[in-house]
Amino acid sequence: MDVFDKLKILTDAAKYDVACTSSGVNKKAAAGGIGSAAACGICHSFSADGRCISLFKVLLTNICIYDCKYCVNRRSNDTPRTMFSPRELAELTINFYRRNYIEGLFLSSGVLKNPDYTCEQIIETLRILREEYRFAGYIHAKAIPGADSALITRLGLLADRMSVNIELPSQNSLQLLAPDKSKHAIFTPMGHIQNRIRENSRDIVKYRHAPKFVPAGQSTQMIIGATADTDYQILNLTENLYKRYQLKRVFFSAYMPVAVDSLLPALDTAPPLWREHRLYQADWLLRFYGFAADELLDQQQQSFNPYLDPKCNWALHHMDSFPVEVNRASYRDLLRVPGIGVTSAQRIVTARRTTSLHFDNLKKLGVVLKRAQYFITCAGKTADGIKNTPNAMLRSLLSAKTLELYHSQFASRPEQLSLFHQPALRPLPQEASNNAGRV
Amino acid sequence: MPAGSDLIYCYDGSFDGLLCCVFESYEKKEIPVDILVAATAQPLLFSTKEIPTDSQKAGRVLASIPQKLGPAALVFIQQAFLTCLGQKELYILLFLRLGYRNGPSVMNMLTDNVVGTLCRAVKHLERESHLFKGFLRFSIFSNVLVGEIEPKNYVLPLLTQHFCERYPEERFLIYDKTHGMGLVYQPYQSAVIPISSLDLPAADAEEQRFRELWQLFYDTIAIEGRYNPTCRMSHMPKRYWTYMTEFGSRPKEARPKLPDAGRTLLPIPVQEKLP
Repeated sequence: MDVFDKLKILTDAAKYDVACTSSGVNKKAAAGGIGSAAACGICHSFSADGRCISLFKVLLTNICIYDCKYCVNRRSNDTPRTMFSPRELAELTINFYRRNYIEGLFLSSGVLKNPDYTCEQIIETLRILREEYRFAGYIHAKAIPGADSALITRLGLLADRMSVNIELPSQNSLQLLAPDKSKHAIFTPMGHIQNRIRENSRDIVKYRHAPKFVPAGQSTQMIIGATADTDYQILNLTENLYKRYQLKRVFFSAYMPVAVDSLLPALDTAPPLWREHRLYQADWLLRFYGFAADELLDQQQQSFNPYLDPKCNWALHHMDSFPVEVNRASYRDLLRVPGIGVTSAQRIVTARRTTSLHFDNLKKLGVVLKRAQYFITCAGKTADGIKNTPNAMLRSLLSAKTLELYHSQFASRPEQLSLFHQPALRPLPQEASNNAGRV
Repeated sequence: MPAGSDLIYCYDGSFDGLLCCVFESYEKKEIPVDILVAATAQPLLFSTKEIPTDSQKAGRVLASIPQKLGPAALVFIQQAFLTCLGQKELYILLFLRLGYRNGPSVMNMLTDNVVGTLCRAVKHLERESHLFKGFLRFSIFSNVLVGEIEPKNYVLPLLTQHFCERYPEERFLIYDKTHGMGLVYQPYQSAVIPISSLDLPAADAEEQRFRELWQLFYDTIAIEGRYNPTCRMSHMPKRYWTYMTEFGSRPKEARPKLPDAGRTLLPIPVQEKLP
């Protein structure tokens, strides 16, 4: 089998992994080496599905001893199998890197023979890159659950980021769909990596040249929609991972049906892309906007509203916190206004040092008022001609895209029209706040 | 407002030249209606005034900027000078006049027209240069990396450090077709030089092989069920595609046939319906 065939098979098998960013670490090549990494991350291309290509994302092998039901590489799947040799893969990486196709390597693998052996092969690939090519670019490696902790440690000293995939958000789901994996097998390496990162940050304070252990931190991913887990459970798990394991990122991946099994959604099931999108929005609210998971969802309301983003939904339930006065509100309160993001909030805080802000000024700052105008005052005044009726408000809260989607899918159906007009009115707080969001 | 507002300044197009325009504007207490590069200026209705570049005057203005407006403002106008903003020279002059009156807080006056316009232009420049760090593609000709770009802003100075740190041991050339300039690098030396045109030889077998491998990777990595060309376009507008390997011409034999053993092709899932 030539390298074209291998590349096709092993890329095809790796493409469902989503944790593919190159951010979190700044460094440059030593003399005689090649490569650098930028903390902001650099996207080198975008694939036809609109996702960023930053790293050369590939499997070392798609041969696997496990039989996880959701996975294309499961043992029982009849698919062509192959493997890169560590040297072959390192050479390919360097050649792509020199041509500026990629920012580095994202290396995962099926489990060949046993976890330790697989881990050793990954280590060998990274060793060739780091020691022989003196490659200083970004490397993200998968920690193979079940591998010896000494091997995980060695891998961590070669990689910039490591990840252990949770795959399924609960122990029940794991038992059902990935019987060979357990919660324990996932959290053990995750905890080990976290401990080593913590020790390493102490070493670096003491010894300036202490080798860095996964300097860009660790991440994980889970599949959304293959099992019955709710958004509420997923978001709480996410929050815990940030708090307990100090993860840098949690990625969500809408379940793409790639296997037939009575336990799985049928092959023609659409991937729940909207749900994935809402979870990413909520994840952003946790990491950059100071929200807690239980502010966004609770026992009664376990799923995100498909029509409203989580922040708008939250704002509609907390009209008592609004309007906020743009000239006085804290940065944190500004961030909670629908339509105001990190950039806008920062610009507002900067600009109001020299002048008092009015609605015209906000437009000049590039603050989009479509949604925000219902939730703010400028020098005590609301925006001109604002009709603060629930209906006007909702129309402005639905993004143009959602509205379009709505029109294309439901406009011709009268019963769906009523869904928009009436239940959409209900969510507003004065009328029946406990029904809010259930469209 | 000082007299002489029907004047147009002509300068030589250099940053120093622009600083001399600032000097002139203060010395003569006048604000021009526009500042043009002498070589491109057409005969005009307004009276024009040639501003000669004088390194001593330029030096005095240059030294005053970090003093009076703060170091951030100097970096800001140096970047603004690289943008493709129309009348950028006039905007920079007005910005400096505003800054000499208000001090470093001029950087916070985002609601001012002049400051706001320059901020947007600089954002555009920064964004474009960031995108080229990823979207630029090198081809290797006898061990020299050569890449072409067609940027709107003059981004080469912002790319220099990034690529020099990335390939310290390589020799490379980045050709900016829009501005007719090139960044050349050999180990531990770099320079930006004018280049009028660039004719590249045909790719050799090895180069061709890696181009095809990359195209194969690019085609394979996309998930059919998530096909979303609009999303791709908003992240990577088409004007960047011109020089990108993955969109280059591809010979048919570049796609190898795979053993089809039992591989069932999945039906593309139906469009997701909202509940």
